[in-house]
Amino acid sequence: MASATKLRILGQRSLQALPALVGIIIVTFVLTRALPGDPAVYFAGPAADARSIAEIRKQLGLDRTLIEQFGIYLRQLAQGDLGQSISTGQPVIKELVNRLPASIELTLVALLLSALVAIPLGILAATRPDTWVDHLCRFVTTAGVSLPTFFTGILLVYVFYYLLGWAPAPMGRLNVMYLSPPHVTGFFTIDALLAGDLETLRATLAQLILPATTLGLFTLAPLARMTRGSMLQVLGSDFVRTARAAGLSGRKVLFTYAFRNALLPVITTLGMVFSFTLGANVLVEKVFAWPGIGSYAIEALVVSDYAAVQGFVLAMAILFVALNLVIDVAYTLVDPRVGIEG
Amino acid sequence: MTALPLLHVSDLTVEFQTRNGTVTAVSSVDLTVAKGETVGIVGESGSGKSVTSYAVMRILDRAGRIADGTVTFSGIELHNADDEVMREIRGREISMIFQNPRAALNPIRRVGEQIEDVLRQHAQATSRNAREKAIDLLRLVRINDPEARYLAFPFELSGGMCQRIIIAIALACRPRLLIADEPTTGLDVTTQKAVMDLVVELTRAREMSTVLITHDLGLAAQYCDRIVVMEKGRVVETAPARRIFRAPEHPYTQRLMSATPRPGITLRDLLPNRPEAAAPPPKWQRSPDATEKPILSVVDLVKEYPRAGAKARGAESAGAFRAVDGISFDILPGESVGLVGESGCGKSTTSAMVMRLLDPTSGTIRFEDRDIGAIPAKNFARDPARSRLQMVFQDSTDSLNPRFTAFRAIADPLYRIGGVTREAQARAQVERLADQVVLPHDLLDRFPHQLSGGQKARVGIARAIALEPALLVLDEPTAALDVSVQAIVLNLLADLKAELGMSYLFVSHDLNVVRLLCDRVIVMQAGRIVEQASAEEIMTSPRDAYTRELLAAVPRPPV
Repeated sequence: MASATKLRILGQRSLQALPALVGIIIVTFVLTRALPGDPAVYFAGPAADARSIAEIRKQLGLDRTLIEQFGIYLRQLAQGDLGQSISTGQPVIKELVNRLPASIELTLVALLLSALVAIPLGILAATRPDTWVDHLCRFVTTAGVSLPTFFTGILLVYVFYYLLGWAPAPMGRLNVMYLSPPHVTGFFTIDALLAGDLETLRATLAQLILPATTLGLFTLAPLARMTRGSMLQVLGSDFVRTARAAGLSGRKVLFTYAFRNALLPVITTLGMVFSFTLGANVLVEKVFAWPGIGSYAIEALVVSDYAAVQGFVLAMAILFVALNLVIDVAYTLVDPRVGIEG
Repeated sequence: MTALPLLHVSDLTVEFQTRNGTVTAVSSVDLTVAKGETVGIVGESGSGKSVTSYAVMRILDRAGRIADGTVTFSGIELHNADDEVMREIRGREISMIFQNPRAALNPIRRVGEQIEDVLRQHAQATSRNAREKAIDLLRLVRINDPEARYLAFPFELSGGMCQRIIIAIALACRPRLLIADEPTTGLDVTTQKAVMDLVVELTRAREMSTVLITHDLGLAAQYCDRIVVMEKGRVVETAPARRIFRAPEHPYTQRLMSATPRPGITLRDLLPNRPEAAAPPPKWQRSPDATEKPILSVVDLVKEYPRAGAKARGAESAGAFRAVDGISFDILPGESVGLVGESGCGKSTTSAMVMRLLDPTSGTIRFEDRDIGAIPAKNFARDPARSRLQMVFQDSTDSLNPRFTAFRAIADPLYRIGGVTREAQARAQVERLADQVVLPHDLLDRFPHQLSGGQKARVGIARAIALEPALLVLDEPTAALDVSVQAIVLNLLADLKAELGMSYLFVSHDLNVVRLLCDRVIVMQAGRIVEQASAEEIMTSPRDAYTRELLAAVPRPPV
């Protein structure tokens, strides 16, 4: 019965996301229209006269009323057509399919690295407060957030590419010497594995490591601080005292009793950090010439490329909804109380 | 006493490092527990009784350390044993049960698995038979349907059941010594009795020794062979349980004894060196005019809650849960009425409806001749009757705004309802109120965390009487207080009632306390009133079977 309740809760959560999506579609449509700048003027070029501007405006469908434009937009959306980017001339959906996995892959690897360091560091700091581990944790996390990502990025490139020559040139997802693995998921690492091409996998990882480290350093702080804080709280709780009084081994108390309980706020933070990083890693993408979604969106925004901006915001919105669902699933897996109180 | 006690604590001193320097929580404590003996450690908060037991188990938190003395358990020195040795001892040789059982269990682990963890840690079970053994233990602590309960999470069980699980964990490896730290505080009297009886039965059957740590002298006297009384980190008296009640030697024990509510005494008897001059609070007399109108008249009051998940689970359990199921009672001017029952009986819901914090499902609440039950709870704050009806809450700490000084807290109702706008005016009134509740004026500028429990209780009472209400609802106002403080607060409440002519609705689970303060007692069970009669009648000749059960569960000192 408990699992059925949980499934129902998850179903409800996903349904609750629908109104949010509808709202996002409307708001992004209106907002992009309200942006300053006229794309028709921009694309007609500096030499254009009023007639050619009007012609381009008609071509783009911008001469119709907002309601009509919205209707067209919805109809296209229903067919999976996000329109064409006016700056690149490519269908937006195609660009997103290429660029979104690049960003997600980078962010996921960065978070994985970050969590692998931050969570053990947080646990160690919590079990030994005011010792050198704790101070180290504080120092590393403070340094991580204090340094801007473009600076750490350039520093890493300087040291590991220019000075030491360990890392490949920071030129996108794959060295030009390699062919992209056959497109299955869009994640080069997974695609290379699926194709059984270990050489490409190695090259992909080599490209990934520096930008992922850059991002990871930045996300270290919230994760480590949250792990430390929530571990400290749980370690002081009554049930940990019971476990210790029952003579359970330190490992059992720390992981089965304390850590699993401390994990809940960490999961929430992880989700928040992920969504924040995905949208905010433009600087890292620029430094490493990463063909991600952040740089795409910025470029589109600068030239009032309606279709591209709308497509970007919509893709992000869907991603966030999916992410929240994943967090909810993780929560229900860890915490049996969710089914009752949720 | 036998030649070699099971546990021998000698000259134990425990210190805590705090921001304000080193604090000695326990100093030079001596304690012995013989095989098969039950020793009670009794004391009020801050007496160091829990810290002593944590030191024996070596589970003091990081700031605390054993500064001096020895702890020897059947020949093994525990005070300097390393962690490996202690881990073997804990749970296997000495185990502990705690206060607040629900919080003492891992909230996200099945209770059966938590029992298994201990069994497997101490090699009492293998992965193959651990489940079976855990279920046997659940059966041992009398949990119905142990196979199903094995899979339960703590939040799915009642407080009493959680305490049984803790007992199962504690007894799983057949330890020789059980330390019970306030094991029944916060549980109902009948649950308390069931839990204590279970502990006694199981420990006797296994010839175990027990240390019972409690603030309740009555409980300790009933279940222990010998009692150790602690005050401010020191042992002040050690004596057999029978003697400590008949002839307490140390002045502190005498004070503690006299402050414990018990049958056959009056409120004034609770106070230390009882001032002979102080007249007993005048006993409330029903006015000879039998037609006197009640100040509060509750008729057929009902509160229903929709059952959780009623829709999802289908029709068979649909319908509402009746927390309060059609109760009627009156309170006369100047009368003090006790509302007694166990948790979940609806007494708090009733008081919240009378206070108009909750809307009743049906029924009427007439207060000073108006049907205030019809006024929606959210509008009642603006109603003129609001100032006539005030409340004193159970938790005197949580019910004070931590950012308000005592002065501001007491002045709050004056500013909000009393129409006082100038601080000087409020200051004069607050000082008068502080005098009434015997709160020194220099404490008025302190914040709640700078006040003691008793002082905070006084602030809460002063705040409640600031607008001179006709009816005061008291929701277990002394439940969190030490007995000596409780004695003073109860006397204060009785004096204030006589002085100001208020009526009380006193909600409590402690029949001994209710008897002292109340003229009439209403006993509730499962949302209904099972008996209402004068306090003396309820205590001496209860008519209802449930009332008798409640009375029987109250610990009785062996006098």
